[in-house]
Amino acid sequence: MIQHTETAVVCRGVKKVYGEGASSVQALRGVDLEVRSGELLMLVGPSGCGKTTLISVIAGILDPTGGECIVFGENLAAMPQSRRTAFRGKSIGFVFQAYNLLPALSAAENVAVPLLILGQRRAQALQRAQAALEKVGMGDRSHSRPSQLSGGQQQRVAIARALVHDPRLVVCDEPTSALDADTGQRVMSLLREVAIAPGRALVIVTHDSRTFHFADRIARMDDGHIESITDNAAEPASARHAP
Amino acid sequence: MNFVALKMLIGDRAKYIGIIVGITFASLLITQQLAIFTGIMTRTFGAITDLGQPDVWVMDPKVQFIDDVKPLQDTELYRVRGVEGVDWAVPLYKGLLKARLSNGNFQTCNVFGLDDATLIGGPPEMVEGRVEDLRRADSVIVDEYAAVGKLAGPPREPGGKPEPLRVGATIELNDHRAIVVGICRVQRTFQSQPVVYTTYSRATTFAPRERKLLSFVLVGAKAGVEPEELCARIQAATGLAAQTREGFKWTTAMYFLKYTGIPINFGIAVLLGFLVGTAIAGQTFYNFTLDNLKQFGALKAMGAGNATLLRMILLQALLVGMIGYGLGVGVAATFGILSRNSELAFRLPWQILAVTATAVTVICMLSALISIRKVITLEPAIVFKG
Repeated sequence: MIQHTETAVVCRGVKKVYGEGASSVQALRGVDLEVRSGELLMLVGPSGCGKTTLISVIAGILDPTGGECIVFGENLAAMPQSRRTAFRGKSIGFVFQAYNLLPALSAAENVAVPLLILGQRRAQALQRAQAALEKVGMGDRSHSRPSQLSGGQQQRVAIARALVHDPRLVVCDEPTSALDADTGQRVMSLLREVAIAPGRALVIVTHDSRTFHFADRIARMDDGHIESITDNAAEPASARHAP
Repeated sequence: MNFVALKMLIGDRAKYIGIIVGITFASLLITQQLAIFTGIMTRTFGAITDLGQPDVWVMDPKVQFIDDVKPLQDTELYRVRGVEGVDWAVPLYKGLLKARLSNGNFQTCNVFGLDDATLIGGPPEMVEGRVEDLRRADSVIVDEYAAVGKLAGPPREPGGKPEPLRVGATIELNDHRAIVVGICRVQRTFQSQPVVYTTYSRATTFAPRERKLLSFVLVGAKAGVEPEELCARIQAATGLAAQTREGFKWTTAMYFLKYTGIPINFGIAVLLGFLVGTAIAGQTFYNFTLDNLKQFGALKAMGAGNATLLRMILLQALLVGMIGYGLGVGVAATFGILSRNSELAFRLPWQILAVTATAVTVICMLSALISIRKVITLEPAIVFKG
C-alpha cells in the first residue's frame, strides 16, 4: 500500500557501479536528494554525469549498488521484483527521450497501455486514453499511428500515456532533446500544465538550459553526485537559464 | 494486453509474413512427406485391404510380406479347414505373370486366383461387369488404372491416346488367352503393377508349372471365435503361419520399414522440413523480438511483469503457429486432392495432422523460447538509453 508522505522521493548515499574490476564505471558516487510532492525537479548536468542512472534508480528500473532510494515510503530496491513491477505500473509514469510509442498502435491505444497493464478493460482504458489525449491537445489525432505524427505530437502522446493512470511520480528522460526549440518549449509548458498536481512529483532529466525556468528546483549533477540544488522560487527567472 | 501483443505482431507486416511463411513451409513439408510416406506404406498392403472377407490369412511361416509368396501344398487347405473354429477356408493364388499386350510389349501383372466356387477375395468394387463373370471361360477382371494405363492398347492414330482395355478385349497371360470380362477398382499396389483377377484353377494354368501353387489360404472364423485365437489354433494344428488381416498388414508394412530405405528417406525430408521451418520461423521471430526490444523494455518499465510479457510472446507464437499450420496443412491437402488421379501415393489420416500440429507447436515454442529468454532477462533501464 502506498504511504502518503510530503516527500515523494528520498535518496540517501545512492551509488551505482557498472561492471566489475578495472573496467568498472562508477556512475553514482553517493547521491543525496529529496523530491517533494507537487514539485517539478530538474536533474541537469553534462552528458555522462549520472542523470539517467539516477532517474532509473528513482523509478525502480535499476538497482543501486549502495545507499537507498525511498519512493513514497517504499524502498524499491528491497521489494521483490513482482511487487516492484506492480508498484511502477501503479505509481510511476514515464516519458522517454525517444517516445517509445508502439508503432503498430494508434495514439489512443498507446495511451491506454498503462491502464491495460493495470488490468483495466480495453473499452474503458480507451475511453480514459481519449480523455488524456484531449488534455494534451491530441484528441483529434487519437486514431493516428505514431508514424503519422510529428515529434512534438508523439511526445504529447507520450505525456498523455505517462499521466493516464494518474501516477504519483512522473519521470521524464530528456523529453525535449529530440524536438526543435519551439516545440520543446511547448512540450515543457504542457508538462507543467498537466503533470503538476497536488501529491504528484515530476522529475525531469534534461540538459536543455532553455527549459530550466519550468522547474521548481534544479539539481545540478556532475561526476556522479549532486553538486548543487537551486530553488527557482528564490531565483530570478533570468538566472534560471544558466547551464 | 493480448490485443497489444497481436497488434505488435501484425503491425510488423514483413516479419509477420516471414514467420508465417516459415511455419507454413515446415507444416506443408512435414504433412506432405508424411502423407506420401503413409500412402506408399498403405500401398504395400493394398491387396490385403482389398481382400476384405477373410479374418485370417494362412501362409508359409517364412513369408515376410504380402508379395513374398512361398507356395504351400494344396493339401494344406484341407488341414486348415479341419481346425476348430474355421467357418470356411479357400485357396488364393497370388503371383506375378507376364501379359503380352497388343502392341507386342510385355507387362508384369499381379494375378489373383480366387476360389472357383465362392470367388472369395474378389475385387472390392466393380466399375464394369460382375465378379461372377469370372466363371466364363478364359475370363479375367483387370483394374481400371491398368485398363487405361499399362494394359491399354496402342493409339488408333499415330500420336493419339492409348486405347483403353475394354470388356471383351483379349490379352495374353503367360502365353494363355484371357478375355477381359470386367473392370474393377482396387487400391494401387506398391509397384503399381496391373491387378488381374481370375479363378484359382485358371490362375494355376496361367502360371508356370510348379510343384506347389497355393499362395495363401483365406479363412473365415466361426461366429464368436476371435481371429487372434483362431490364428493360434491354426498355427498349433498345421505348423503354418496364420495372421489376422490387420496383423498381416502390419507385418507387411514393418518389412518395408525395416528392409527398405523408405522411412529414412522420408524421415530426412520430414526432419529437414522441421529444421528449416524452425530456423526460418525462429530467426524471424527472434528478429521481431529484437526489433521490439525497446518496446518490450518500455512495457516492462511501465509495469508489465514477466508473466504478462511471456503471455504476449506465447500468444504471438500461437497466432503465427495456427495460421502457418492451417496454411501448410491446407496446401498439403489441396496437393493431395489435385494428385488424386495420379500415380502419387498420398494419404492424409488425422494422425498426420496431429503429428504436424505437434511439430508446429514445438517449432513455435522453440522460436518463442529464444525470444522469451531475451525479454525476461531484459533490463527495463534500456529504455533510458537514447
